[in-house]
Amino acid sequence: MEKAWAELSWEQKREERYKRWLSPPGIKFANPQAEKAYKERATRFYKAFTKQVPDRVPCMLPTGFYAASYAGTNLGTAMYDYDEMKRAWRKLLHDFADADTYVPPALVPPGRSLEAIDYKLYKWPGHGLSKNTLSYQAVEGEWMKPDEYDALIRDPSDFWLRTYLPRVFGAFKAFSTLSPWTTFEEIPSTGFLPFGNPEVQAGFNAIMKAGSESLKWIMAVGEVAAEAMAMGFPGIMSGLAKAPFDTLGDTLRGTQGVMMDMFQRPQKIHEAMERIAPIAIKGALDTVANAAAPVIVMPLHKGADSFMSIKQYETFYWPTFRKVVMALVNEGVIPILFAEGSYNKRLDIIGDFPKGSVVWFFDQTDIFEAKKKIGDKLCIMGNVPTSLIMTGTPQQVKEHCRKLIEVCGKGGGYVLSGGANVDEGSPENLRAMMAAVKEYGVYK
Amino acid sequence: MAQDFINLLADLKEEEVLALTKKRIASKEDPLKIMEDARKGMEIVGKRFAGGEYFLPELVFSGELLTQVTNIVKPHLTGSGAKVKKIGKVVIGTVAGDIHDIGLNIVEFMLDVNGYEVTNLGVDVPVQKFVDAMKETKAPVLGLSGFLTPAFDAMKETVEALEKAGLRKNMKIMIGGGQMDDEVRKYAKADAFGKDAMAAVTLTNGWYGVK
Repeated sequence: MEKAWAELSWEQKREERYKRWLSPPGIKFANPQAEKAYKERATRFYKAFTKQVPDRVPCMLPTGFYAASYAGTNLGTAMYDYDEMKRAWRKLLHDFADADTYVPPALVPPGRSLEAIDYKLYKWPGHGLSKNTLSYQAVEGEWMKPDEYDALIRDPSDFWLRTYLPRVFGAFKAFSTLSPWTTFEEIPSTGFLPFGNPEVQAGFNAIMKAGSESLKWIMAVGEVAAEAMAMGFPGIMSGLAKAPFDTLGDTLRGTQGVMMDMFQRPQKIHEAMERIAPIAIKGALDTVANAAAPVIVMPLHKGADSFMSIKQYETFYWPTFRKVVMALVNEGVIPILFAEGSYNKRLDIIGDFPKGSVVWFFDQTDIFEAKKKIGDKLCIMGNVPTSLIMTGTPQQVKEHCRKLIEVCGKGGGYVLSGGANVDEGSPENLRAMMAAVKEYGVYK
Repeated sequence: MAQDFINLLADLKEEEVLALTKKRIASKEDPLKIMEDARKGMEIVGKRFAGGEYFLPELVFSGELLTQVTNIVKPHLTGSGAKVKKIGKVVIGTVAGDIHDIGLNIVEFMLDVNGYEVTNLGVDVPVQKFVDAMKETKAPVLGLSGFLTPAFDAMKETVEALEKAGLRKNMKIMIGGGQMDDEVRKYAKADAFGKDAMAAVTLTNGWYGVK
């Protein structure tokens, strides 16, 4: 079996994963109609993603945390009250029964787990942000110091455990006093000593508490996700992966830090990214192995038009990013590359992938231009402006969708969606998006 | 030496510019003159950014170089010295509920190198703080920054509060950042939307009558 898999082409591997997506193990459909609808919807997305012509243009409503405000609660409440989370997300599920897919509340993190480990990389409603704020937000910081590249490159896991995590998990502060776990060799004697430190022990207790809380949370998330699938809604995003440059720029060095490094220690950035890439690949493949849809979303941050020049993009961002993407493609996974901000100046290079292998999901990029440049080869997705969905009328939204569908939908390989997630606003504007694909998006 | 220094800073030659700074200090040059040259160098950086030759990494790095130059020169500065004449005041800040500041800081940089005295209120700025700052500075221009969709309402509330405080008619308000666009500008009842930091400068110049 192992060997057979290795001998398959990337398209064959993808076909195998597609079959599994169509008949997900462990899911019992509510009725035969639901099963039929599930298969139709999954096929619609699969064909669009792989640059074929589906029955009609599929739509992924940009709901994000919308369920919370829609059901009269908020993200801050849903992060702590899983019954409220279920109620809100189920309401959206049942009220939008004509949607093409459904996004379960997996991105609503368990607030108590974050609190248990004293998480510092993010602020969330009621914890650094006012209770009614609609989203959580990353805290820019130099979580890795400029002179720590060598330690990261030598042993990323050790760096994470003893340097990075003690900074972003307040509860792990004392973990910086541990020795590398690789010191356990032969018969240990003094090796156990640091684990007798009460502060280290408190760190373990904290993450155990976070774990127990997360089990309660995943039960709630899983319940809603399974219900959606049983009703006939395939999920289309199984997990996330990041471009190595973003791991450095978002997670470790911070935007400011990584940009200084581009001038002061460019070689270290390259070495670090080469080290991070295989870790990103392995993480994404492990996630997909346990999920139904063979789809990984890569939210792209620090390579956008306004963050760096095209030359810097080609030098620092693109090579290891492409390497991660191609590794996923070669394993039969469909990467959705979500270009946050705009990618207008990147359109001449981002088409460099095998035909039908990846999906480019645009936020503010000129998608008509993107259709011209890469639309013959790759699926594109997006990009009804978030502001229009939040402040416009249903007629305006529908009209905008019509234009998108007519231009981008030509020849298949297009998915209608928002530019970014919509956190509140009139549900009629979301319904207008569904109405548009049904009215204008059918392929004859 | 002065022109070399200005060019080295503008070209972001770290070692050379720092070496030259030390040399100029050692040869007893007027520290104020060095700082004035540094300002000229940064002005070129700003121009190159506006012209699309430089990007965010260059801005960040030039800021770091300026800090390093200032650290070398500062101990030698005596008295307050002559201040560069500024065109006028601008207040900027990221609205309540939003903690993003990358765009905000670029706007500060660009307004600064283009001759404005900028009061940067930072991130997650409560409505009242904007009102107080506008009262205090009497600045005729306010820039509201926001990255995420919750900023739509926060901007609207900020503009309304300024209206309520009777300050609105004396100022121009521009918005920008992340998911902002002209739709949001209308929604928030601001005067203008700027798509990037250069737009912030152009708008401010327009309101100040600077060509």
